[in-house]
Amino acid sequence: MADSAEIADELAGFALFADLTTPQLMGVAHAFEEAWFKDGERVLRQGMTGSGLYLILDGQASIRVDGEERAKLSRGEFFGEVSILLGEPPVADVVALGTLRCLVLASSAVEGFLNDHPTLMYRMLQASARRLRNANRWRS
Amino acid sequence: MAELTERPFPPGDYPLIVVGSGPGGLQVSSALRGRGIDHAVLSVDEQPAGMFRRWPFFQRLLSWTKPFAPVARGTRPYERYDWNSLIPETDEHRAVMVGLMDGTSYFPSRPEMQAGLEAFVSRTGLRVRFGCRWTGTRRLDDGRFELQTSDGTYTAGTLVFAVGVAEPWRPTSPGMELAAHYADTRPVEQYADRRIFIIGKQNSGFELASGMLPWAKRIVIASPSPAKLSVNTHSLVGIRARYVQPYEDHVLGGGVAILDAAIERIERGDADGAPFRVVTRRSLDSVEMAFDADDVIAATGFVAPLLDLPDLGVATFGQSRLPAQTPYWESATVPGIFFAGTIGQGSAGLKKHGIPSNSGAVQGARYNARVLARHIATTRFDRADERPAVARDQVVDFVLDELTLGPELWHQRAYLARVLSLDPTEGIRDDGIVPLAWFVDAGGPDAIAATLETDGTGAVFPVIYLRRDGAVTEHPIEAHPLLDYRTASARSDLAGILAAILGRA
Repeated sequence: MADSAEIADELAGFALFADLTTPQLMGVAHAFEEAWFKDGERVLRQGMTGSGLYLILDGQASIRVDGEERAKLSRGEFFGEVSILLGEPPVADVVALGTLRCLVLASSAVEGFLNDHPTLMYRMLQASARRLRNANRWRS
Repeated sequence: MAELTERPFPPGDYPLIVVGSGPGGLQVSSALRGRGIDHAVLSVDEQPAGMFRRWPFFQRLLSWTKPFAPVARGTRPYERYDWNSLIPETDEHRAVMVGLMDGTSYFPSRPEMQAGLEAFVSRTGLRVRFGCRWTGTRRLDDGRFELQTSDGTYTAGTLVFAVGVAEPWRPTSPGMELAAHYADTRPVEQYADRRIFIIGKQNSGFELASGMLPWAKRIVIASPSPAKLSVNTHSLVGIRARYVQPYEDHVLGGGVAILDAAIERIERGDADGAPFRVVTRRSLDSVEMAFDADDVIAATGFVAPLLDLPDLGVATFGQSRLPAQTPYWESATVPGIFFAGTIGQGSAGLKKHGIPSNSGAVQGARYNARVLARHIATTRFDRADERPAVARDQVVDFVLDELTLGPELWHQRAYLARVLSLDPTEGIRDDGIVPLAWFVDAGGPDAIAATLETDGTGAVFPVIYLRRDGAVTEHPIEAHPLLDYRTASARSDLAGILAAILGRA
């Protein structure tokens, strides 16, 4: 359980939000909603429309394609952005590994949110580039 | 003592106990009774209706009941147009609200809503032990639960808490204790000619601002993020149309200021000036701004009053401290504890396109409670509902009728679904109304789930989920301008979607 000020404090510790001021962090904490998942619960569903952008506050998540685990995500990492940016259903399940606590932003709000926070968008691009690089290494 | 002995449900052992006598508790009790499940209902209040005995502050609801609708009053399809009546288990006593409203608005007044809930109790013969305060909870060695109350000790194997999300909550900013909470708002005439500072841009904040427009000298409404309007989100997310007047006043420069800013602190004002000074920091540019105010009101929401349930292991999350729940509203961490009413929002469902369920309102929670009662009866009392057979050549029409007329689908979009199962040994069976998240994730035999969805564009369209060999696929059907899916086009679309799965049954 956390109020917006506590969420903003948590966000301040994440690299993704390092460039934001305290009032901006409070705005982010207000814009996102908190979600809680138990072990094994699906957060994103492969092939199903209407998902959101998720940021992990506590716990771990498994990225699974056709049931095969491809990666794990931890506190401070985000997921769901690919399907929103492309306007397509997720290409993987994201499943809670143990108790998982996230912040979530509806897909319809993501474009406006990123445009309002260009420095955050740049850091997301960097994180996505690292993931792409690692995926290419994995393939080779 | 004579009075005490006349009250139902004295302390003792019961198969199931419901706590709460608001709409959620009453609806789940009605549905349990309809299935013959013996249970007790306990309530701290002296009469039924829960929060509607007190709120909304300005005495009119945000949920409508239309006396005249395109379908016959008192039928199941009419529930789509009557958001406020509880649902009886028999056809009599349907749509109780219609006969109690005076016709001045299709939003019932608070007293009309209270009268509607009281009428539901008296007409259906529901029984509640009023004046009985739940004070504590314990897990017994045999897995059952013990409830301590002001009347004595109860035990039960299954608990349903319908205690609302009604405990005032305010953030932790310095000086916040100087602000009154929404729940402590005074009679409106006491705000005449005063400067009001309202913290929070939810409906409760805008409700207060709307009611104070004829009285206050100045109104400032502040929170870090911009106000959302329901007419823009195309959903019940955001400020409802009835409370938008302060927004118009703001954009036309009438004296209301709506500010995107964090509350830094609240201070006492100078002895000869305003009693309060609210220091804010603007979200856009971090500029500090301070406002003198005669009254500061925190319209910052409520939390679920769970007493010691977290100590028992019930996990909670979010600012409202909602219990984390399964799709069937059972505590995700303590089996045997269920939730009904607004507290059921903790079972978020798929929340497709970011649009939440209507579980926080009567029109959504009443169906959750009925689905919950059926689930409890089936899984904990071995009393499963009948699952009628559906002829293969009737499936398409059955589904199209549900998509057009089924009130559960209209009020709980992408949250509740009508399910037909296609087990080869049983044929096609109507499994009734089921949480969509459970259907999508739980697995099971081949099946069809029909629901309605909206994606934030304003369209309301059917979506069919097919489960074949354990895998679930999603099939939208184009929206119809009159929201009637008993058309040749929808029939053709649906027949195409179902062709493969019906071929197997």
